[in-house]
Amino acid sequence: MAVVLILILASLALAGGFLLAFLWAVRAGQFEDARTPALRILTEDKAPRPRQTPARNG
Amino acid sequence: MTARDRNMNVETFRYDNRIVRAFAIATAFWGLVGTLAGLLAACQLFWPGLNLDTPFTTFGRIRPLHTNAVIFAFVGNGMFAGIYYSLQRLCKARMFSDALSWINFWGWQAIIVAAAITLPLGLTTSKEYAELEWPIDLAIAGVWVAFTVNLLGTLLRRREKHMYVAIWFYIATAITVAVLHIFNSLALPAGAFKSYSIYAGVQDALVQWWYGHNAVAFFLTTPYLGLMYYFLPKAADRPVFSYRLSIIHFWALIFIYIWAGPHHLLYTALPDWVQSLGMVFSVMLVAPSWGGMLNGLLTLRGAWDKVRQDPVLKFMVVAVTAYGMATLEGPTLAVKSVNALSHYTDWTIAHVHTGALGWNGFLTFGMLYWLLPRLYQTRLWSTKLANYHFWIGLLGMMFYVVPIYVSGVTQGLMWKQFNADGFLQYGNFLETTLRIIPMHMLRAVGGTLYVVGIVLMCVNLYKTARSGQFVPDTEAQAPALRTQPTRPEKKVPGWHGHRWLEGVPVTFTVLVTLAILVGGLVEIIPMYLIKSNVPTIAAVKPYTPLELLGRDIYIREGCVACHSQMVRPFRSETERYGEYSKVGEFVYDHPFLWGSKRTGPDLHRGGGKYPDAWHYNHMENPVSTSPGSIMPRYPWLLTRKLDTNVVQVRMKTLRRLGVPYSDQDIAQAHQQMAAQQTRIVQNLKVGMVEAEPDREIIALIAYLQRLGTDIKGSPASTAPQLTGP
Repeated sequence: MAVVLILILASLALAGGFLLAFLWAVRAGQFEDARTPALRILTEDKAPRPRQTPARNG
Repeated sequence: MTARDRNMNVETFRYDNRIVRAFAIATAFWGLVGTLAGLLAACQLFWPGLNLDTPFTTFGRIRPLHTNAVIFAFVGNGMFAGIYYSLQRLCKARMFSDALSWINFWGWQAIIVAAAITLPLGLTTSKEYAELEWPIDLAIAGVWVAFTVNLLGTLLRRREKHMYVAIWFYIATAITVAVLHIFNSLALPAGAFKSYSIYAGVQDALVQWWYGHNAVAFFLTTPYLGLMYYFLPKAADRPVFSYRLSIIHFWALIFIYIWAGPHHLLYTALPDWVQSLGMVFSVMLVAPSWGGMLNGLLTLRGAWDKVRQDPVLKFMVVAVTAYGMATLEGPTLAVKSVNALSHYTDWTIAHVHTGALGWNGFLTFGMLYWLLPRLYQTRLWSTKLANYHFWIGLLGMMFYVVPIYVSGVTQGLMWKQFNADGFLQYGNFLETTLRIIPMHMLRAVGGTLYVVGIVLMCVNLYKTARSGQFVPDTEAQAPALRTQPTRPEKKVPGWHGHRWLEGVPVTFTVLVTLAILVGGLVEIIPMYLIKSNVPTIAAVKPYTPLELLGRDIYIREGCVACHSQMVRPFRSETERYGEYSKVGEFVYDHPFLWGSKRTGPDLHRGGGKYPDAWHYNHMENPVSTSPGSIMPRYPWLLTRKLDTNVVQVRMKTLRRLGVPYSDQDIAQAHQQMAAQQTRIVQNLKVGMVEAEPDREIIALIAYLQRLGTDIKGSPASTAPQLTGP
């Protein structure tokens, strides 16, 4: 069952990578604002430019 | 543009809509193809005539065609369509490289076409959801790298500092799928379209289900969760219920998911502690999954009036609900005592279809109905038709899963039923198969409805596209994230080169990492595993050359789709099949063939159970030996000549993977084969069957009669003794 060790190492490497990503994200302030990102995606394509606004489905 | 904007160095750029449209069209097309293949497979299970008596259309080959088409073609293209649309807008940047986008698109379609050709031809590794042979595996890795580099490159160029939660789901998908694919596909080629997994037996099983489970997790779940977090709020015009919860959902999910794979191997020959580990992590998964589901549903609080009117939201609500159902059911099935009943039955099939039809299918439909009108600057051609699609699809789903749940539980209970005298109530496996045929018919009705829904969608989307004007590029503006010297893009000739150069380190790093990973793993893992493959049961010997070729035919015909080779340690199974399977019996099995579904009986102790002539007649026409059998006919095995030229290459390949064939074994392979063929032909004569020794059926019989006999004490009747190393 040596392969268990390989899989655990591979999984740990992945998890470790994600942990580093998480630590980076926390330090970079990615999670400091938990309110506006959710709102931002709703307004991003409603830029105040003259453009044809697609009609919403009824 | 205000003065403030100018100070912030506002850039103008264009989102690439062409690539989104291409993936969206491919999604609808492959969705139809994949579900039609599934419908054919479903009908074959109650109407064996639909196997059409050709090698290319038997269930064993159609089933992987269906699963691959739905997972990688339908959901894969849907995932790319959604990611390419949302990522650009979330990052406020065009995709990193248009060339990579199109390599991603055409490469992926080429892989799908290659799969659609090779799988019916029987070119398969037999590992579920990783059936494609090694040249295609390499292509998948290449295209996936193109996608990953494109994704990461876009991220590096983003004009929005904050990465919305969907992006995290996309990153996890790209990275994890690459690692899973590489580890599970490690194989040594033994020909242009033939390879042997570098892992054997239980080790192969564990790697396969580590992959198989995480393919579900990171191909069918995480990218679609990203899409849910983008498209659901967009469609509802409401922010996600709790952004904080979505972040927790993501991190909790990816840290737990990767450990749950062993729940696919409960009560098998996998070590007990690994099984328990998989079970515990699987149960833990309920928490983040339900957090995500509730987050999705609660996003619609106060907007349920919209759901009543908008088919897009209807599809998405059902999708999120199905995600919740499937992720509650999954951990339940991962509990050992539940799994003892559910495993190998239709229950598993029902479970995956709640996920595939409900979660992936409906989210894709909702997304396409939302996306196409926007790409074409118009309204959806017919909201009414989309509503029809919704109700027909929902009805189809219900007619699919409910009968299959009933079927799974029915058959599982019948397998375990003992009568008052302590004998199996249903000793003949076929009885349990015949009992569930009405349920299979109902399931096909459900599948038909679901396909009809997809046809309606295709019409609706086509008409929508015709009525609108496609916008190839959407112009957008945003301030640059990094302070850059103000220079207009077009006036500086070296600008594009510079931007291209920016991405080179990323590309380079990804490619080098992958190359090192693959190279290193191929070198190290076999060496490492061979040591641990030392047989623990002295009586277990490698397959003879003829049995080996027979096993390859078994793989080619996809027998593993319906027959397991793993007798679990239950009284009901040892009574029915014989001694339960031991880890040490599979040390020469490259790949493992334990299977995951028993449409027919387990075969691990099938060796010596019936005479050779029975197998011959059974393969020619299963109904002749088992009245009512739904197994396809395999008449071509009786007439096709066995290709013996490949045997030495295959033995040498296996020897490199640690199977102890001696030089003498390989040199005398042809004589040994001829001797065993002659013995089988003689056995057939006893059973009143005249057969040529050089036909494929002889090799298959040799393999089937060898199965599980090594530990029975006496060597298999027709097997010549190998000398060993």
